[in-house]
Amino acid sequence: MTHEATLPTPLPPTLEIPAAELLATARALKAQGRFDMLLDVTAVDWPGRSLRFDVVWHFYSTVTFARVRVKTRVAESDPAVDSLLPLYGSALFMERECHEMYGIDFRGHPDLRPILLYEGFVGHPLRKDYPIRLEQPLVPYRK
Amino acid sequence: MTARPALDALANPILPAFGPADVDGNVVVSIGPSHPATHGTIQMIAALDGERVKRVDVHCGYLHRGFEKECEAHTWHNLIPFVDRLNYCSPLINDFAYCEAVEKLMGVEMTPRTKYLRTLLSEYSRLCDHLTCIAASLMELGAMTPFLYLVMVRDYMYEHIAALTGARVTHSYGRIGGLARDLPAGWLTRLSEILTQYEEFVGRVHGLMDRNRIFIDRMRDVGVISTADAIDLGITGPILRSTGSPRDLRKDTPYLAYAELDFDVPVGIKGDNYDRYYVRMREMDESVYMIRQLMEMLPEGPINVDDRRCTFPEKTLVYTEIESLINHFKLVMDGPAVPAGEVYFAHEAPNGELGFYLVSDGSGTPYKVHVRSPSFVHMGGVARMLEGYQLADIIPTFGSVNMIGGECDR
Repeated sequence: MTHEATLPTPLPPTLEIPAAELLATARALKAQGRFDMLLDVTAVDWPGRSLRFDVVWHFYSTVTFARVRVKTRVAESDPAVDSLLPLYGSALFMERECHEMYGIDFRGHPDLRPILLYEGFVGHPLRKDYPIRLEQPLVPYRK
Repeated sequence: MTARPALDALANPILPAFGPADVDGNVVVSIGPSHPATHGTIQMIAALDGERVKRVDVHCGYLHRGFEKECEAHTWHNLIPFVDRLNYCSPLINDFAYCEAVEKLMGVEMTPRTKYLRTLLSEYSRLCDHLTCIAASLMELGAMTPFLYLVMVRDYMYEHIAALTGARVTHSYGRIGGLARDLPAGWLTRLSEILTQYEEFVGRVHGLMDRNRIFIDRMRDVGVISTADAIDLGITGPILRSTGSPRDLRKDTPYLAYAELDFDVPVGIKGDNYDRYYVRMREMDESVYMIRQLMEMLPEGPINVDDRRCTFPEKTLVYTEIESLINHFKLVMDGPAVPAGEVYFAHEAPNGELGFYLVSDGSGTPYKVHVRSPSFVHMGGVARMLEGYQLADIIPTFGSVNMIGGECDR
């Protein structure tokens, strides 16, 4: 990337960490980096890779206006990371979305019900192996 | 036509977080998903003690249409009409935020005229969005006259933007590396007229509402949220500013031409409904002030960058020379060549931080598109603003949060 800004860069630097260090990293970011806002949680699916999913967090500091992106890799067999809900209240909805879309388990999250999808939806639609045309209507279509 | 299945054969699409047994026998009511007073398809399960809301469980997703999945099956250019449909009250800001994120990924620098035009149109869009939000919230409280005043001004703006973009609501006006077309003749003159009319009618709304006893009784000290809570819940935009925290990406990490503009960031006092109303009213004035500055600053020049990776060649050249024909064909069939990488870039949308997280694998189709939509995050925090107040307060609080279904549910 070749973009430089005078103020804190609007493009966040990336921090790649092992999944086990997530809570410690987030605590340090919050306490020392003053990253007081969890902006976003999502995942990226790389089928064929041994650790299939990237889980991606974006943090923002309302004090220094700095941003940071934290990434970790998890395996398909055990796609679990710690929930950041004890540190950031905004994790409640965002982790629910990531859970239903990618099947990432957020350990310690008390309420992983579907949020944009519905009860009984089978599969995780944003995984690359979920067919884009697959439909799961709740009410049968009229013929 | 097949017979309708029995009611108990249909699965319940939601599982409420609590039932009457969990809330000491308080009455549990379901509000929505289609309710005349909630502008937006959303369901709230509320536990009531008399008129008092004890606990709320917000269910969104009724407008989910697989935006992010669909994006992975189209070229980067094809997404522009899709992002328009996120926040359909201010589609231009979605366009520009998305296009600028892709431009960052490609290392493309927009032309000066585009930079100022995008800033001007972003502020114009913010005006439309705030007008819609305030008009709808006031109407829900029974104020029909301000609704008509504001929606009338907004309609002048819609018609005016339609003269530029060709569509009233979903404009598809941004382009990667530029804009769809330049301003038509006389557009800025009409803009000045509309801004004058806006000032007249917003002045009337101030006169009707600001010290209106009924309005204040409904809005003051209702739906209060503190700065610390708002930051913890990821709340940005006018709701965060209404708590007294002057956080605005246009000032804090300026993008487009905001660093060169003179404007204030209005803040509230205690983060209640009245503050949210007033912050939005004041922000509109600042937007008008910015638009007037930008009309003076607007430079001449091209609107599209001269970069064959993303900009379409001139139509006359496409018809007369083979290189441009191939260029056009490749851009349509393969999409713009966006280098592999990832980017997160955010604009200050009318509701808060609208961020695009894009991952490219080097092809003309995005590998992943994720939208950090302010409405969705705000829905995670709205329970904090509803609990403890009365059932009737749900309407003004929900109105002042300005949930936009298209953006929340994607």
